[in-house]
Amino acid sequence: MATMTKQQIGGILARQGILIAFAVFMIAFTFANPKFLSVDNVLSVVRSSAILGVMALGVTFVVIGGNLDLSVGSMMSFSTIVVLDLHDSIGPFLAIPAMFAMTLCLGAFIGFLVGYLRLNSLIVTLGMLSAIHGLTLTYSGGKNMDIADKEGTWFSVFGQGTALGIPVPILMFIALAAFLGIVLAKTAFGRKVYAVGGNGTAATFSGIRRARTVFLCYLLSSGCVATAGLMQASRSLGSQNTVGQGLELGVLAAVILGGASLLGGSGTIFKTVIGVLILGFIQNGLLLMGLQFYVQFVVTWVIIILAVWLDIAAKRGKLWSPLA
Amino acid sequence: MQVNKSSNALKSGAIWGFIVLELIFFSIAGEFLSLSDKAFMDTENMLLLLKQSAPIGIIAMGMTLVMVNGNIDLSVGATFAIAAMILLDSMTWTVFAGLGDWVIPVAWVLALAVGTLLGALNGLIVWKTGVDAFIVTLGSMLGFRGLVFMVNGENPTSHLNWTLVDFAEAKFLGFATATWFLLAVTLVIWFIMAKTVHGRNAYAIGNNREAAVNAGIRVGPHMVINFAIIGFLAALSAVVFYSESGSVNPNDGQLYELWVITAVVLGGTKITGGAGSVIGTLGGVIAIQLLRKGLGHIGADTSTVNLVIGLILIAVLVLDRQLNVRGKEELKV
Repeated sequence: MATMTKQQIGGILARQGILIAFAVFMIAFTFANPKFLSVDNVLSVVRSSAILGVMALGVTFVVIGGNLDLSVGSMMSFSTIVVLDLHDSIGPFLAIPAMFAMTLCLGAFIGFLVGYLRLNSLIVTLGMLSAIHGLTLTYSGGKNMDIADKEGTWFSVFGQGTALGIPVPILMFIALAAFLGIVLAKTAFGRKVYAVGGNGTAATFSGIRRARTVFLCYLLSSGCVATAGLMQASRSLGSQNTVGQGLELGVLAAVILGGASLLGGSGTIFKTVIGVLILGFIQNGLLLMGLQFYVQFVVTWVIIILAVWLDIAAKRGKLWSPLA
Repeated sequence: MQVNKSSNALKSGAIWGFIVLELIFFSIAGEFLSLSDKAFMDTENMLLLLKQSAPIGIIAMGMTLVMVNGNIDLSVGATFAIAAMILLDSMTWTVFAGLGDWVIPVAWVLALAVGTLLGALNGLIVWKTGVDAFIVTLGSMLGFRGLVFMVNGENPTSHLNWTLVDFAEAKFLGFATATWFLLAVTLVIWFIMAKTVHGRNAYAIGNNREAAVNAGIRVGPHMVINFAIIGFLAALSAVVFYSESGSVNPNDGQLYELWVITAVVLGGTKITGGAGSVIGTLGGVIAIQLLRKGLGHIGADTSTVNLVIGLILIAVLVLDRQLNVRGKEELKV
């Protein structure tokens, strides 16, 4: 442990950059407004990030597997609308599994197209973004969906309830993150996802069923989307058809911020969670500083590009691209 | 080679065949289902269709160039909104108060310049940082939209200049102003892609970047130029459209990138770069607009349009893949 070279410092900065950036933001915002780190504020930020966070967990698998998913936003609208509609027609006990089954079917369809037919995931999920939006509108007839008896249902527990003083959405987010984190890091399936995303051909030759792994990633992602839809529906007990519109971008931003390469093969659940929290806290911090709501978009823009740039720069050992 | 050629010809012709099918289908179905007495293939209706294709079509031409080059631009919708806002807002600035109607060209130039600069900024970031264009433009899609909102909040920006409206609503040889702009842009981008060194190099870079670098092509500047062109075209699309409507919401142009990319892919441009043509893209744009109009004509609502377009996009991908696979297998024999 003599003096570290400049490159080593750069390497550490880049590898742990996301954590360092997170710490810097938290400290800066706390100085700007002491209320920022209060328990109430932190809980409210995490709670409002939970829905996006749950979706980001699933997309992390898809992205590590070397694919993209732009359809999660409209899929979330679909599951929210479906579960709200079924709640009144067949009751919450049946509505929740029915909604999960329908959403998983959508995920399986995408997984089939991208995994088994090996179609380009960007275009497939772009098409599904539009198609599922159409499906949702057809299902609801374009009308907003509302639960008739908002007071007398236990359905609101997933979005509004608290257990041990902590809001249920946070608990669900933490539990799911812990579970999926273990699946990704400690199981054979998790290692297959990394292998397929890192080098699909090599993975195939070493006996991994590439198509099946990709298929399962999309299935898992749609399961996460269904959970997010459940939380959203339960939180508001009524919804527009476009409730999830644009969320796919926030989700991707969080996953990318967490350092998952869009080429696949890298990223972790823990870092995605950090990415989600950074987005949530930046939004909240900027608001507490009295800035306009929309400033966060501009800040997110700068942060996404900086984060990915520094990551790449550390890997190639040069700040600027050598491309002529 | 024979197989390859025929499958290519089949693919480039497919979109026009699809358009003919749509026309036949909607004409026949319209006889039974439509509430209006007019035929679907009414001249007026078709001219209107071309005019309505213009906003998406103009941007799609630039997207063809960018995608052939091996990149993608998700920020076009936001650039569209920024340019529209600058066009309408700048006409009310006190600096330009004395200009009278000469404010129009000034506002146009200003909006187009901003669009070009934003596009070039995207390209420059992609070049200099080496970050993937998908991520860079995903970020600027958020950032540019944030800038739009920061100017006027959620309020619309409105300004009607009647000279400008007259110009935008004018018709020349039966075609509306917007249609002429679409045709002109198609022609210019076709010329750039097919007849200039820059176009050749764009194809080469998209096809095999390593090889292009080894052949001594300077990849970076070409990318920046292409991004600047698509920024310019996104702004031009806004300028043409909002000259007529005179009011822009900060949310306008959202999901335009989706429509544009759909049109380009339907037109046969490869998502990985290296292949594609603006003529195919023009076909893709018209096919989408026909579908929207046709479904409306036979009484389907907008939800069906979304559903059908999404599924068609995927179907095209499946067909394209089957054609390619079969082509390769026959080559082996």
